Amino acid sequence: MKPFLLVLFLISLLGASPAHAMHISEGILPFNWALFWYLVAVPFLALGIRRLQSAAKEDISFKPLVGLITAVVFVISCMPIPVPTAGTCSHPCGTAISAILLGPCVSVVVAAVALLIQALFLSHGGLTTLGANIMSMGIMGSFAGYFVFRLLRGLRLSLGVAGFFAGIIADWITYASTSAELAAGIRGTTPFFELFRQILLSFIPTQLPLGILEGALTSGMIVLLYKKRPDLLVSMRVIKAEEIKA
Amino acid sequence: MKIRKYQALGFILLLINCCLPLVASAEEKWPGVDETVVGKYAKEHGREKRVSYINTDQGDLLLFVFLLAGVLGGFTAGYSWCLLINKKPAAKDQTAAAEDSLEATTKKPSEGKS
Repeated sequence: MKPFLLVLFLISLLGASPAHAMHISEGILPFNWALFWYLVAVPFLALGIRRLQSAAKEDISFKPLVGLITAVVFVISCMPIPVPTAGTCSHPCGTAISAILLGPCVSVVVAAVALLIQALFLSHGGLTTLGANIMSMGIMGSFAGYFVFRLLRGLRLSLGVAGFFAGIIADWITYASTSAELAAGIRGTTPFFELFRQILLSFIPTQLPLGILEGALTSGMIVLLYKKRPDLLVSMRVIKAEEIKA
Repeated sequence: MKIRKYQALGFILLLINCCLPLVASAEEKWPGVDETVVGKYAKEHGREKRVSYINTDQGDLLLFVFLLAGVLGGFTAGYSWCLLINKKPAAKDQTAAAEDSLEATTKKPSEGKS
């Protein structure tokens, strides 16, 4: 079963086709808005880099985990998935799983690295719109996913259920933020909320099912880690040591 | 049993992911939401996507870059996953374990004599 899944995974990578994404493309946002989103993103990035350095000193397994999650976020956030109900393509973000495992601040750095490589080499997003894309996918997606997961765990829901809803909300919040950024940047004389509502409604047919897929992916990864390496989840403070089944 | 369920779910998702892009490219449909939503509204409000600063969107070059990125990203993810999941003892630990067992076997006769 495992080699077969690996072959399918590789085929799915080979089947990737160019740039069908939610990232705001190069040149879409006016200069002042592009600059504004950069200024908003920078403090979160600085905080994330600081947290990454201190966590790597405390735990040697943190760096391989960051490597794994960065690669996962990079691949799945540039892999278009056709949504038959809408007839369009989009992609999950992966920021929920990174925020749950690494914390929301480090997750912002992970998303920024993935977005930068995509903007530089894959014509996916853009350098001028990088700040806005970090804001929607990195900051909003990570913090929403993290807090939903923590909230549901606080309500004593299982890891799988908490991960599922964290994935869904992180995905939907990311697209809602993209709608807001786009509406604010391009609206001209159109009222902000009217344009925001229109853009958000246009995203719904694609992102509604894709958010559910993202929830399933997040839940699957977190439960798989729990089965294979529960100690890792303890060291990442996702679960408490007493929650590990004997 | 639950792991098998997740494997089956992963299998179905991967199969869908492998098959649908082939259908899409054959029929020239499945546009991305960057075109159908972001691009559409931007164009309506007088903003248009500009060419990337490093333009890899030339012929099949972008496909090649995507392939390269997918393979490198997939390899890094798989390698890091193996590092994390397959918790094999390091060579140093194996040597220490072997030394311990050797010590235990050589000590036994002397312990018997005393």
